[in-house]
Amino acid sequence: MEKKHISQDSLKVWLNKMGNDGQRIFAPVSKGDKTDFKYITSADEISLDHIQTTQSAKAVAFPRTEKLFSFEKNKGDVQLTDFDAESVPYTVVFGIHPCDAAGFRPLSGIFNWDTKDKPFNAHIDRTTLISMSCTQCDDYCFCTSVNGSPGNTEGSDILLTPITDGYLVEIVTEKGKNLVDKYIDLFGADPNINKDDFLAKLPVKFNLEELNTKISHMFESEVWKQQSERCIGCGACAFVCPTCACFDIQEDTKGNSGNRLRCWDSCGFSLFTIHTSGHNPREIQSQRWRQRLLHKFSYMPERLSVRGCTGCGRCSRACPVDMNLSEHLTGIAEL
Amino acid sequence: MNNEFEPKIVAFVCNWCTYAGADLTGTSRIKYASNVKIVRFPCTGRIDFMLLLKAFANGSDGIIVSGCHPNDCHYTSGNFHARRRWILFRSLLDFMGIDVNRIRFAWVSAAEGAKWADIVNDTVSTIREMGPYTEYRKAASFLAENEVELAKEMEVPQ
Amino acid sequence: MSELINKVKELFDKEAIDLFIGYEEGSRRPRPFFAKNATDATKLVFDDRCQGNLAVYLTRKDLVRGKRVGISASYYALKSISQLFNENQLNKDLLTIIGIGSDGNLSVFEGQEQIKAYLKETPPPAKPEDDELVSKINAMSPAERWEFWTDELSKCFKCYACRAACPMCYCTKCIVEVNRPQWIQPWASTLGNMEWQINRVMHMAGRCSDCGSCGTACPLGIPIHLLTHKMKESVLANFGGDDERGNVLSTFKPEDQESFIL
Repeated sequence: MEKKHISQDSLKVWLNKMGNDGQRIFAPVSKGDKTDFKYITSADEISLDHIQTTQSAKAVAFPRTEKLFSFEKNKGDVQLTDFDAESVPYTVVFGIHPCDAAGFRPLSGIFNWDTKDKPFNAHIDRTTLISMSCTQCDDYCFCTSVNGSPGNTEGSDILLTPITDGYLVEIVTEKGKNLVDKYIDLFGADPNINKDDFLAKLPVKFNLEELNTKISHMFESEVWKQQSERCIGCGACAFVCPTCACFDIQEDTKGNSGNRLRCWDSCGFSLFTIHTSGHNPREIQSQRWRQRLLHKFSYMPERLSVRGCTGCGRCSRACPVDMNLSEHLTGIAEL
Repeated sequence: MNNEFEPKIVAFVCNWCTYAGADLTGTSRIKYASNVKIVRFPCTGRIDFMLLLKAFANGSDGIIVSGCHPNDCHYTSGNFHARRRWILFRSLLDFMGIDVNRIRFAWVSAAEGAKWADIVNDTVSTIREMGPYTEYRKAASFLAENEVELAKEMEVPQ
Repeated sequence: MSELINKVKELFDKEAIDLFIGYEEGSRRPRPFFAKNATDATKLVFDDRCQGNLAVYLTRKDLVRGKRVGISASYYALKSISQLFNENQLNKDLLTIIGIGSDGNLSVFEGQEQIKAYLKETPPPAKPEDDELVSKINAMSPAERWEFWTDELSKCFKCYACRAACPMCYCTKCIVEVNRPQWIQPWASTLGNMEWQINRVMHMAGRCSDCGSCGTACPLGIPIHLLTHKMKESVLANFGGDDERGNVLSTFKPEDQESFIL
């Protein structure tokens, strides 16, 4: 892997130059006590003090509302206008943490498991991920327990690690290399340091092997009921999650024309599985909680060979009733 | 072509008083602004607040809500219920910054044809001064194309 | 704390309850907890750090159906419980309510009448921050208010945590799920989000306990509890204190006053 160095000032210059050259920059911006990804116009808007943004950066490839196609009826004819992949702007996602970058792999698994999803792939193809290693973590983080780490390069195109002076730049993919080569003057030589010295130290919380072997055979377990008692059934955990990909299809029509939309949904909602007949196969919250965990830790690894959790801990931070995921997973692993 | 802005006004009225009152305006040959589109309801109690919001979202620049005077309701108390709802709704809209001056509430009886004409004329001239309610419709459009359509809609007054 | 634990233990020992809804220590602050026996009861806590309104669980059929339930209730939870009684959602015979005042004193309530009497003589805990924010927004020009709320609500991604955390939102089919006609756009867009909040707050008129759980539940920190707080103020200013049934919109007075109807 090619390594380089970039100074604090050059980094800003790099971002602004990419912006001026037509890249859309999606980066963390803080407001009040929350930090979230926004499309920015200047590198000065960026804030990097946070441990974790409230929402993940998945919206860059899987927007909360996406127009799949539009239609117009005209005297018995229907004219369809398909999603235009060419209309997707080139985007740089800056400052996401390794857990977020890793989250694009499970997303990709879901959106490509049989039919290749056009809008998702169009977004991904035109997106470059410049990640930032974590120098701090909190008690909700558990990436190290799900095979991740604060300096994991998986999923990123470029990984920056803050070091004493500037940043260590690891160029992971061809896409990343292109973006560095284009502005090569801004980069210095490999600082030749031990990256681990600068990373957050996050102890492993549970044994992944134990969890994997147990969770696949736990469909009938009582544990789901016990764990989900306080769950109030909102969709906060799913919407902030970097890998949750449930969606709903809706139509926005006005007169003879309209758009078909794909918008975020959550398996935690009671409405998610209800049939037209009124029958609901996941009638109570414990069944929906079970679905959420089994989907992430059993079904996805079995079918898509990728785990549906990167240990970012957002769900636990966002939960109004403290459904702490790592705590629940530890509970299952120790059963 | 006249490029002056012509307000679109939707009036939600009850069947028993205001609709009959508006009828009287016509039969009395009183002229009034033609910008208003009247939607007839069985009673003001039936006028859901969502209808008002939908009217704004779908291109209305001003709204009139009108029904029987207190104690005159065909169903005895529909307008009393409606009045309570409007009081709270109006204060909530105001708190959220939605322009409450674009919504006129009135009591117009079946005998008040002239009052109906006055209210419509007055509303139209007020809204004409205020201009089109684009802020609200902009919030309605989350796709960039809608902005273009909106601009088009504004260019060509009907 | 030990007083609460002893009380609940006693209830379990007497076999007076099957389930007790309270708080236990959580990751950063206490979280809702369901004690099923006297041993569980030792984990109970109740203090200023407790957030949310536990009354929300009283209408959760999968948790409480057929069970004799005890609950530790703050001032606001008591208010919600009283309103749930108004709306015939609770069974007095299956419910043991332990009210906990701001001074930490316990009082056991038998049914709604006692709660009502307590609420009548106890002033609601002050909410200086909310009052200040509301008056700040009141002082803005309409354009600034519009700017403020469209900015805040454009963030909303419709996770409905506000609805889920609210004891009064117990409908099995919510208006946002009605699709014939589809009153509110189900996808997240500024206007749809606003329409959802307007609906939510209108449906809360007179029923809301003003506990602020909707605002605390919001993962994006949108201050939607200010809307219900403001609604509470409007109800008070226009129709006086709570009437017997709690729901101001299903009733009226011929002498109701307003200043804007022509």
